[in-house]
Amino acid sequence: MADARAASFATRSIKTTAKRAGLRLAMSMMDLTTLEGKDSPEKVRSLCAKAIRPMPDDEALLGERVPSVAAVCVYPAMVPVARERLDGTGVRVASVATGFPSGQYPIDVRLRDTERAIADGADEIDMVIHRGAFLAGRYDEVAEEIREVAQVCDEGAREVHLKVILETGELVTYDNVRRASDLAIESIRPGDFIKTSTGKVSPAATMGVTLVMLEAIRDAWLGAGKRIGMKPAGGIRSAKQSLHYLVMVKETLGDEWLTPELFRFGASSLGDDVLRQLVKLETGRYPAMHDFGQA
Amino acid sequence: MTTMQEGAVGGPERVARTSAAGAGGSPALEFASAWGYAPAPETTRVEIAPSIGHFIDGAFVESASGRLMDTLNPASGKALCQFARGDAGDIDRAVAAARRAQPVWAGLPARERGKYLYRIARRMQERARELAVLESMDNGKPIRESRDVDIPLAAAHFFYHAGWADKLGYAYPGGSPKPIGVCGQIIPWNFPLLMAAWKLAPALACGNTCVLKPAETTPLTALRLAEICAEIGLPDGVVNVVTGDGEAGAALVEHRGVDKIAFTGSTEVGKRIASSLAGSGKRLTLELGGKSPNIVFEDASLDQAIEGVVAGIYFNQGHVCCAGSRLFVQESIHDRVVEKLRVRLASLRVGDPLDKNTDVGAINSATQLETITRYLDAARSDGLGVHEAKSDELPADGYWCRPCFLTGAQPSHTVAREEIFGPVLSVLTFRTPDEAIARANNTPYGLAAGVWTDKGGKIFEIAGQLKAGVVWLNTYNRFDPASPFGGYKESGFGREGGVHGLRAYLDLS
Repeated sequence: MADARAASFATRSIKTTAKRAGLRLAMSMMDLTTLEGKDSPEKVRSLCAKAIRPMPDDEALLGERVPSVAAVCVYPAMVPVARERLDGTGVRVASVATGFPSGQYPIDVRLRDTERAIADGADEIDMVIHRGAFLAGRYDEVAEEIREVAQVCDEGAREVHLKVILETGELVTYDNVRRASDLAIESIRPGDFIKTSTGKVSPAATMGVTLVMLEAIRDAWLGAGKRIGMKPAGGIRSAKQSLHYLVMVKETLGDEWLTPELFRFGASSLGDDVLRQLVKLETGRYPAMHDFGQA
Repeated sequence: MTTMQEGAVGGPERVARTSAAGAGGSPALEFASAWGYAPAPETTRVEIAPSIGHFIDGAFVESASGRLMDTLNPASGKALCQFARGDAGDIDRAVAAARRAQPVWAGLPARERGKYLYRIARRMQERARELAVLESMDNGKPIRESRDVDIPLAAAHFFYHAGWADKLGYAYPGGSPKPIGVCGQIIPWNFPLLMAAWKLAPALACGNTCVLKPAETTPLTALRLAEICAEIGLPDGVVNVVTGDGEAGAALVEHRGVDKIAFTGSTEVGKRIASSLAGSGKRLTLELGGKSPNIVFEDASLDQAIEGVVAGIYFNQGHVCCAGSRLFVQESIHDRVVEKLRVRLASLRVGDPLDKNTDVGAINSATQLETITRYLDAARSDGLGVHEAKSDELPADGYWCRPCFLTGAQPSHTVAREEIFGPVLSVLTFRTPDEAIARANNTPYGLAAGVWTDKGGKIFEIAGQLKAGVVWLNTYNRFDPASPFGGYKESGFGREGGVHGLRAYLDLS
């Protein structure tokens, strides 16, 4: 039934004004991401420019500004570069940490990784859980590690938000996804996020997995009054997909989660397709990909 | 979290954080205002003639009496068109045509009969969108259901039975299956085209010819199917459609030239048909009402179960004979299930059946709406809690009922005993598995049942003790042409679909 329910959201027909509002919302919820070994400072600077002003000729073409994305997400080594470009723009700096993507490092190294990213200017930490421990049934160990990372986020001078990556592609079953979600939600602070994937494992985010996680968030809110955010990441490349996710959020968690404070998309190429669709809605024509500045 | 800092380019209007948690109340979810879906009307245009006759002997003909009736769009209450009001004379013409055609049809090589069925199925697929729109206009069901369920399943029934046409000997090894003859088939208004397919496809595959009587509020898609039969060159008289009200139905049941009656509809009419056929030698299958239990154990995956419960009762406005209208919840999870149901109900979209985002459409007729309203009044006067979906404003015209569920229901309450045939769910509780079984079986009906638990052993133990023709385990309202469907007790007898369904259309003697 979870898959059937998830698939049903994709049958909603989102047209005209709803489509425009949805696409703008999706843009504002995006964590524009680059997580490659070959990332260069210049690439990160390009990404930051795109994040702040996704489409410089938006007013001429669309008659209004396209919102900035929510955050730029990079490896810890790139945090200083992003910090420098994004300071004062409202776009947040998110850094993966804790031995991303595998989490197969001693906990002290993972905590140090987190401290350093925060010291260098990260507003948000995307941590990975220790899947080895989780799959072996050592749930307390996983929960304790998440609590320790949350503690590090709490100790900085700035408010730092935590996103816990479950890497659902390695957890495989919905039962595991639900158990990991409950465990993570229990271990983090209100306003923190749970997140599907690193983007390094296939399958990454799926509608079914995201629904199971949203249901865990719903139960935590209705049961304990704890408000947790959600971030599907990896594999969401088309504007249409992003609307399917927004429909799912709207119909599972309702109005209040339709904000970048509680819902994010982790994506690298989704932004350009959202821009294409916005232009198509306004002008009736699709622009070419080379009409948008590369990031 | 803080909102975006200054300097950011403005995003879409922020949703006000008015949640109860900030205000000191208990946590809640709102589904009211943010990001409303724009209207998404289905744009396929469907031509409807101002007046449509019966389909007899391969041609559309007027009633001998010249009488006509209106069929309404239940979403507006306005007439869509007029259609012929059949009587005994029209039935007689149709039965005579079917009788003439029967030896010719049965004499065709079986593979040739199969080809005709394949052609009907393919033509239904080609005209699927038109059929879906017409079905939603005439019946009131949401286009997403007619488009995604009714029409594809109807075509699937023809495809499935086309395959059986030349393999009947394998279905009954050692026997020599022969057609029965002329079949009179009377179908209800809840799934007009799908029920026509359930009836016609197996009958034709087995070499019978048919006189079909659609329901008086929903004749249009059956007539469109007749058009398809003519279009693909089905021999004249093999399929005949006589429209009208109970008068035509009664004439068909009583006609001496009919060899078999298949009826889907209310238990009350089914009983009348059974008694009028007694001693006539005609064969009979009945698919009647239900008050099906959906049993949720505390060890079920609750969110999944809620989806099944919602699909079970609100699908097709609850106009479903196998609707899971009695929800039995284990005592320990009652409050959680009620809360989850309430949340789920809030996101159901009720309204224009032709909007692609509508989940629950219009009640089929004024009469049916009166029936449902009467039951809801009874529930209120019995002191039950009536929880309605607080969705958008309902349209001013047409027939509408908000989906709802009733708490505090006891097995003795009228609403928990009688078939309401509307979007009304009674929530009851149980403590032990034995009590669940006893309460579930405590009904004159026995059409379907659902069981929700993640314990495999319990599933089979419970399923084996439920007196129901169909038992769904961790799912509900799943249909497939290969799977037999039918009831126990006052839900009727005989099976439709699968190899079991062929039995009703074959003479094995």
